[in-house]
Amino acid sequence: MSIILQMRRIVMISVLALSAVSLLLMLLGISPLTIGITLAKGSIFSWLKFNHVLSVWIPLLLCSCGLLFTFRAGLWNIGVEGQVICGAIGATLVLRLDNTGLPPAALLSLALFSSFLAGGLWGASAGLLKTRGGVNEIFGGLGLNFVAQGAVLWLILGPWKRAGMASMSGTDLFPRELWMWVPQGWRVAPAAIVLVIIIFLLTSLILNASQFGLKIKAAGFNPQASRLFGIRPNLICFMAMIIGGGLAGLAGGVQVSCVYHRLIPSISSGYGYLALLVVMLAGYKVAPVPIICLLFACLAAGSIQLPITLQVDSSLSGVIQGALVLSGLLVYGLQQGKRRGH
Amino acid sequence: MEVSIPSLIAAILVMAAPLVLAALGETLTEKAGVVNLSLDGTILLGAMSGFLVASESQSALLGFIAAASTGASVGAVLAVIGVRLGQSQVAVGFALTFLCRDLAYFLGNPYARQQGPQLETLPIPILSNIPFLGEAFFSHSIVVYVSLLAIPGCYYFLYHTRQGLILRSVGENPDGCWARGINPLKVQVLYTVIGGGMVGLAGAAFSLAVKPGWGHPQGCEGIGWIALALVIFGGWNPVRVAAGAYFFGMLQLLGIYFQDYFTTIPPQIFQVAPFPLMIFALILINLGHKSRNKKLTGWIELFSGRPPKWLGKTYKPA
Amino acid sequence: MIELADISKNFGKVQALHKVSLKVHNSSIHGIIGENGAGKSTLMKILTGFISKSGGDFFFHSESIDLHSPKDARKIGIGMLYQEPLDFPQLSVLDNFMVGTADFSPVNQRAALSRLCTNFGFNLNPESKVEELTVGERQQLELMRLIRDGAKILILDEPTSGISEKQQELLFGALRRLRNDGVAILLVSHKLEEIELLCDEVTVLRHGKMAGYQKRPFDREEMLHTMFDTLPVSQPPAVKHIAGDPLLNFHKVTSHVGRSGLNSVSTTIRSGEVVGLAGVDGSGQSVFLRSAFGLLQPESGRISGCREVTTRAFIPADRLTEGLIPGLTIREHHILSKKSGPIITSKSGLEKTRDAIKTYSIRGTSETEVENLSGGNLQRLLLSLIPADIQLILMESPTRGLDVQSAAWTWKHLHARLKAEGAIIFASPDFEEIMEQSTRILVFYNGSITLDTPTKATNYQQLSRAVTGEDNQQQ
Repeated sequence: MSIILQMRRIVMISVLALSAVSLLLMLLGISPLTIGITLAKGSIFSWLKFNHVLSVWIPLLLCSCGLLFTFRAGLWNIGVEGQVICGAIGATLVLRLDNTGLPPAALLSLALFSSFLAGGLWGASAGLLKTRGGVNEIFGGLGLNFVAQGAVLWLILGPWKRAGMASMSGTDLFPRELWMWVPQGWRVAPAAIVLVIIIFLLTSLILNASQFGLKIKAAGFNPQASRLFGIRPNLICFMAMIIGGGLAGLAGGVQVSCVYHRLIPSISSGYGYLALLVVMLAGYKVAPVPIICLLFACLAAGSIQLPITLQVDSSLSGVIQGALVLSGLLVYGLQQGKRRGH
Repeated sequence: MEVSIPSLIAAILVMAAPLVLAALGETLTEKAGVVNLSLDGTILLGAMSGFLVASESQSALLGFIAAASTGASVGAVLAVIGVRLGQSQVAVGFALTFLCRDLAYFLGNPYARQQGPQLETLPIPILSNIPFLGEAFFSHSIVVYVSLLAIPGCYYFLYHTRQGLILRSVGENPDGCWARGINPLKVQVLYTVIGGGMVGLAGAAFSLAVKPGWGHPQGCEGIGWIALALVIFGGWNPVRVAAGAYFFGMLQLLGIYFQDYFTTIPPQIFQVAPFPLMIFALILINLGHKSRNKKLTGWIELFSGRPPKWLGKTYKPA
Repeated sequence: MIELADISKNFGKVQALHKVSLKVHNSSIHGIIGENGAGKSTLMKILTGFISKSGGDFFFHSESIDLHSPKDARKIGIGMLYQEPLDFPQLSVLDNFMVGTADFSPVNQRAALSRLCTNFGFNLNPESKVEELTVGERQQLELMRLIRDGAKILILDEPTSGISEKQQELLFGALRRLRNDGVAILLVSHKLEEIELLCDEVTVLRHGKMAGYQKRPFDREEMLHTMFDTLPVSQPPAVKHIAGDPLLNFHKVTSHVGRSGLNSVSTTIRSGEVVGLAGVDGSGQSVFLRSAFGLLQPESGRISGCREVTTRAFIPADRLTEGLIPGLTIREHHILSKKSGPIITSKSGLEKTRDAIKTYSIRGTSETEVENLSGGNLQRLLLSLIPADIQLILMESPTRGLDVQSAAWTWKHLHARLKAEGAIIFASPDFEEIMEQSTRILVFYNGSITLDTPTKATNYQQLSRAVTGEDNQQQ
């Protein structure tokens, strides 16, 4: 597709979504401009605020990278939330170990690795349910989300409860030396930023420039014909689920080791579902994903200011995100319909 | 807490009433071959609009009408993009789920935790005086009666009317319908809208009766996904779908009772537990289909059916 | 009475029908006979309003009308019995009978169904699910529904494929009855036998044109002659390869996939052979090819030889949706088809792809997505994707939709690349192609091989008899 057509599509989607949301706001007597300024102020006008944006961007981009793999394989991986939670549990498991004698850096790396494994395992279970049990991956993933949610509650309120009194606020904080290093005036660990950029580049390399990525694409586009090329579509789908789950798990690991320094019940913060929207808006393509993640992160971070300064609910950011995705689908549909008509 | 069997039955009927409405609405839509995944968001949006309109107008009836129209509009959006324009129904459904949810929280924010109208119980004269049955079945709000009547109503419509037959055949083989002079797309659009309307009603059933009020969270979050799972669990048969809804209502109720008995176990576990239990019941049934154990599969057949053949696919007339 | 005058239909550049004229009279059965691809199904789709004609006129009782949708066709009393019944397998017989009727009364309709059943001697339980019925019974149900809807013109598409002899007798009885009641019937078929049994007149179609017309009594030789291309009867096969060692062995292979499945098929394919699979569509050829490649696992029996994926290649009839991956480019297909490093650069496979585009004259660049290629180009791409060391090439309709030049090129290429240790197996609806290109012919009928002969030792007459099932009695 030509760049002009791409640009036109982007413009159409944004105009459609933004005018719909603006109309809604004006009907409610709220000035869209004020909202826009507040959102910008709350996200990119100060280093501290931008740090907050980055702290959303990191896990969101990780989950989106994972989803790129599963979407390429033609799968609806709805279990991202559960995979994030499992990753968080996997990391906590390592960080709670006593007397390992390992240096903190090694333990932290081990924790991240363990989060990848745990998330991958969760993704693999949904994959197994689909390939072996014939359970639609949407409901398998959803069921596993609920199970993971139950598991994290049980851990926090049971075996891993705070010293003294179990609390919904999470487990005890990890010892200070197991906190990922954060420079003065920063809110995010530079290590996490480096990690997520590497992961994104790897994702982009594997999906767009590797034999394996091509096989995933082939198996997703036309499983039947892919067999003529010696590809085993079921195996490829299974592997895509493991990678997708693993990257989501890594997001959970980063949340635990770099942000919260403990396990909390809402560790996934809905990033799993938000990532679905990101990748759908990106048209399942790799390149736009980090930009859309950044946009969504700005909206999410900026909206925190809304109730304080304008007495407007922060879920407005979700409305804008949803409107963008829906307009995207509408525009794709209209353009396809047009092409079919000619 | 005193537990008697009629009060238990009555509580389950109340708990499950909105779920029954939503799941039946989705059954109609899916029987026509369209999958509307937006239930979780639509229910919330319906709950919000129902509560908002009812509190402004002080009329519960207007609230229900508003909720139904809200749900129908969401269905219409899906019908346009997912049926007419042929985009993935799953993708549109997901986008709508999240859009509707956040729209509900956003628009409903000023009304959060406010007192609003609430349906009163309308014991049915004479019948409500019957011992045992009266308390269990005939001393409810209108929502419960509607949900109870909707089950045979839906069943009758699907299996004993001309329109119901057309609806089912479109979900099975749109080409066959086209050859018989029926436009399958029109039928799909119609039942996506009607099914959406019922899902919207389910929302109002929460905010005006079962869990009265509005807030963030409202308390009905997650129910939409259960309703979707129930449609599969019930094999696309309204009666079995409703049975599944009552089963889930029972699980939720048990969770509440167990909270009081097992004080050592955190109550949150009991609140979350019915959801995975429900989904895994479904998964087990699905797996049972594949097992070679005749006795097992025979028993499982009772609880399942095959999806409409055209479910989720886009129909393009030649 | 309906009349078609100079009906034409184009799909893009392809002309599927060219000036076809015919009349179907009341109280008469008009047969339409022709090979696959002769334009029969296009003609029927036009008659039922599924597609619209590109030219010509359609008269109903000498009044010119246009059909825009099946609804219009239904209105004037045209009813069609599809080869693959367009019914609702999960619904009950009675429900199927009732879909689309204005009079929705289960009691009335049940009575109407049982009345029609008695009339025609059918035996259907209104409560059974349609999926439990045989193809023949599903046909009976559809036929009764059309009659109930007041169809005055009945179109039947290959009504006897896949049904038992007894059901065939019942069906023919019903059709004769309907004819006597004044219904105009259009019977589309491959099978000479049933045309001779039933029809009052017959039109022969070939390559979208009218090739002949006869009234009772029919001249069978003449009909065969007009159906198939007339070539010297004893023309020797154009190719000569020497059969060598066994390459692929089918031992009592049985499968239930497809309409006829495979019925205890045993055969051995040797290297150097070019084997043509003949038969009416769905007689087992495609199941044979897919089992040979390994896409289908047989229910019983054993397939041996050439079991490595890297030793065989399969080109299905539906090239784009079954053989290629729409969304991927030509270069990406070439990268997939051979072993290469884990990383793909902008140069990977480029040279090979460019070579292939040149040698196979594919109209596209290495970055063209395959869904943008036309039929001939798709076929050449598929051929170019077959690695050099492949032993067994399996093809379904190798020249379907290709013009004469592309077809000739394809075969020249195939024969050239066939090495002493390799073999080609292809299925084709076109006798001419089979006679010209193969060294050995297997004829499939209802899932069994009914004729296995060197091409040299057979002729058109024997083949056409074998595919229409007439040789069965002798074997």
